[in-house]
Amino acid sequence: MSTISDFLNKNARQSVQDAIAKAKDNDSYHALLSLTEERALERADAVDRGEITGKLAGVPFVVKDNFLAYGAPTTAASTMLETFNAPLQATAVERLEAEGAICIGKANLDAFAHGGSTENSAFGPTKNAVDPTRVAGGSSGGSAVVTALDIVPFALGSDTGGSIRQPASFNGVVGVKPTYGTVSRYGVVAMASSTDTIGTFATTVTDAELVMSIMAGQDPKDMTTLPDFFTATTDALVGLKIGLVKECMTDDVDVEVRARTNEYVEKLKSAGHKVEEVSLSMLPHSLAMYYVIVPAELSSNLARYDGIRYGHRAQGVQTLAELYGKSRDEGFVTENKRRIMIGSYVLSSGFFDAYYLQAQKARTLLINEFNTLFSHYDVLISPVAPTPAFLLGENTSDPIKMYLADMMTVPASLAGIPALSVPAGTNGAGLPIGVQLMGARRSDATLFALARSMEAK
Amino acid sequence: MTQITRDDVLHLAQLSSLALGDDEIDGLRTDIENILGYVEQLSQLDTSGVEPTYQVTDLENVWRTDTIDDYGINRDDLIALAPESKDGQIKVPKVL
Repeated sequence: MSTISDFLNKNARQSVQDAIAKAKDNDSYHALLSLTEERALERADAVDRGEITGKLAGVPFVVKDNFLAYGAPTTAASTMLETFNAPLQATAVERLEAEGAICIGKANLDAFAHGGSTENSAFGPTKNAVDPTRVAGGSSGGSAVVTALDIVPFALGSDTGGSIRQPASFNGVVGVKPTYGTVSRYGVVAMASSTDTIGTFATTVTDAELVMSIMAGQDPKDMTTLPDFFTATTDALVGLKIGLVKECMTDDVDVEVRARTNEYVEKLKSAGHKVEEVSLSMLPHSLAMYYVIVPAELSSNLARYDGIRYGHRAQGVQTLAELYGKSRDEGFVTENKRRIMIGSYVLSSGFFDAYYLQAQKARTLLINEFNTLFSHYDVLISPVAPTPAFLLGENTSDPIKMYLADMMTVPASLAGIPALSVPAGTNGAGLPIGVQLMGARRSDATLFALARSMEAK
Repeated sequence: MTQITRDDVLHLAQLSSLALGDDEIDGLRTDIENILGYVEQLSQLDTSGVEPTYQVTDLENVWRTDTIDDYGINRDDLIALAPESKDGQIKVPKVL
């Protein structure tokens, strides 16, 4: 697969035309909702004339369609925003463009990033890059697939509970969920404010780190961004202490997923690292915390879609209340409604303490447990998901079964810690399997260095 | 286990400003009941004396100067996003 360096110092117009042609050839995967061809070619010509320079000059990329970006509507894969033309660009996109990167299109996702398979897109599912009868994973499924199909060397995603890591695992590419607050969320459609993060897919760890280093940093337009801490490292790591999370290696987890994880552990040991089994006893409860806290936050964030200032407006209504109700009913998919209503339930008077407050207290217990582990271990390792990519339609009738695919990724989201999803081989049928590396807050560079050192092994 | 009735669904839909179609109500009732049943496991955890976590930035009081910033966006571009507008104003159905 191609890497970022393959595109540097090349004719940018040719690179963009090639990427767009390849995207069109792979239309059947439904990974992209739109192409930004006109604007991409204009920018490519500016790069070729030497007017735009930088670390990513002429490198084509794709954004998940919940990033506000010029050249095509920002739909969040919903009818609510089907015709929404962004009046501004996300800070992450601006920073990449300032280094000369060229956005060629916008990738499919579960509507408003609610889902783990990209089957909740209002415009139809994305198909897995390796086996088109299977899901792409989600919610950033389109971004994972365009990277895995080698249409672009990197693609942006958002990760609230695993939405970058799980599709990276399902399609065999690198996926990054950074420390909470690393990258500005200004101009990205909000889901759950206390766990939303911005990250990337790439074909190599080095490329993923480069993209993250460009996007990272404080932004006055997002007051939750951390003071700059992120510096890409080249130091090789020796003799790390690594914990294998045993709650992720139970009999419920696919046998080949466990086998690939154990092989990765053996390679870590061969490289001189010390790996021990550890317990994260709150892990089995994390998904329950997540499905209280996240619906609560998103029900508030999605209150802004009222059919008044922007987005879909229902026709033929008489009163303001009808306008709100019908616009929202028509503009959201069922999973959006399900989550909004769960959020309304857990936040409503009489249930708040039992659900929302209890979940936020349990979250403290989870974070305390992570902190204790990170006082003894540099890195934790687990599979990314309990199975490889499942079949299209396999889990759509049972939301809980769908949610269980996030079991191993939600703990890092709730704790705000960084986590990488890196390829670790395939199962007997050739389906990709990924492992997850987690570190303490702000230890992103350690994870990249470790993952990079293992990549060649 | 928490029982959710059809009326509960309609109440939640009202709280959420969602005018649900009849065809969606039964499915959502089952799903919401199952999801609440799943998350009820949290009640087994002993959280006495534990402070809730509301944010994970470890930042506090991020100040900015109190100056006007239009973020580079002009009024006309924003009004143009509204589904209906007239004379630079957003149109809505009558409120009262």
